[in-house]
Amino acid sequence: MDMLLGVVVMLVKMAVVLGVALGLAAYMILLERKLLGRFQVRYGPNRVGYFGLLQPLADGLKMLLKEDIIPDGVDRRIFLVAPAVVAGTALAAFAVVPFGDGLTLFGHRVPQVVVDSNVGLLLVLALSSLAVYGLALGAWTSDNKYSLLGGIRGAAQMISYELALGLSLVPVVMHARSLSLSDIVAAQAGLPFALLEPVAFVIFIIGSLAETKRVPFDLPEAENELQAGFHTEYSGMRFALFFVGEYVNMVLLGAVTAIFFLGGWHGPFLPPIVWLALKVLAVPVFLIWTRASLPRLRYDQLMALGWKVLIPLALLNILVTGALLAAGV
Amino acid sequence: MPPTAEFTPLLAPFSPWEPGALPLVVFGAIVLVVMAVILFLSGFLVRRRPTPSKQQPYECGIRPTGPARFRYPVPFFLMAVFFLLFDVETAYIISYAVAWPELGLPGYLRLAVFVIVLGLGLVYAWRKGGLDWDEEEGL
Repeated sequence: MDMLLGVVVMLVKMAVVLGVALGLAAYMILLERKLLGRFQVRYGPNRVGYFGLLQPLADGLKMLLKEDIIPDGVDRRIFLVAPAVVAGTALAAFAVVPFGDGLTLFGHRVPQVVVDSNVGLLLVLALSSLAVYGLALGAWTSDNKYSLLGGIRGAAQMISYELALGLSLVPVVMHARSLSLSDIVAAQAGLPFALLEPVAFVIFIIGSLAETKRVPFDLPEAENELQAGFHTEYSGMRFALFFVGEYVNMVLLGAVTAIFFLGGWHGPFLPPIVWLALKVLAVPVFLIWTRASLPRLRYDQLMALGWKVLIPLALLNILVTGALLAAGV
Repeated sequence: MPPTAEFTPLLAPFSPWEPGALPLVVFGAIVLVVMAVILFLSGFLVRRRPTPSKQQPYECGIRPTGPARFRYPVPFFLMAVFFLLFDVETAYIISYAVAWPELGLPGYLRLAVFVIVLGLGLVYAWRKGGLDWDEEEGL
């Protein structure tokens, strides 16, 4: 009986995590269109439902009922599965994202996280690098020149910025002395790491812009030179999976930034879950804002920024943080 | 939960109350199933009506010339090689980041030597032009 109850609680927890992640991603698309509309002095979608609130549903239904074209030159097995790799890895990473200190239900302590892994940070990084496979393979197998260019650009960009991303998290781990996401939040009960490690925070934000392939780093899909880049040949629901995968990734990066640098659910006055929601949403809004304000980088500028600025800076940051901590300041 | 007479828990990681291995496997399976259902539906709900021109790769309406699996510029390959080297070393640095209180100052000095050597490697690749992109070639 106790076992069964445990299974039910576990499944409910997972349903909540998946539902919130997918729902947020769907409404992130609406939010982006609304905000971009406002930045360009127009309304954005406002026809489907009150305030355009049913737009994601309408879009999803339309995508599902569109013909799923498979071009002649593709390798079918890879072509059909590649979009799911992008969306699936982003969703799976939510397993290690904690959303509270834990509750007590039916006499058990129920942690508010699906998997409280003691290598949670490594899991997030590993899953985000797996997404490169979906992008690169989907692009390569499309047998389209735009796709191939977008795919190799995307792969090179994502692996380069992943280094900066991983290195920028080292000072966070040094302060928290743990790779578990719950412990990292617990270590920020006083001061969020964004204030303690401003350099790492800036590197992480720039790196996550590049990891989500957002403007100013959207060269893999640069629409005015490569059509849609790596997903040019995709249509219907498979295109939607790439698209939703990108937004799930945005929400994931929001959650991960909130947990690594913004202090998770810690904050004054408001309830913890409200603080977490505010912090998680702040990052995607920032990403949308940059899309409305910044031009795109050139490819050599992009790579130079990653390899010649961010990585040396991150290494230096590790040395300085390590020196301060080892000296006991 | 401590073991009692009527209830002995399974191995801790496999209890559904613990956020351990079991939820990880179940969550992974759920994500896989969701993805599989979406992929299946997208092929199942709508009948495909292929025509020769619809099946061509999209090149702005111009008939495509040759396959698209051509050679690509070497700098991309170089990036992959550098990434491999630096990523392994990142893993090494992260393992230090967890253990620094036990290692103390001597441990820090060793890490500093390691990071400096790593930085020198980056400088070497930079000086040799491995991080530069030839603008004439076009990307």
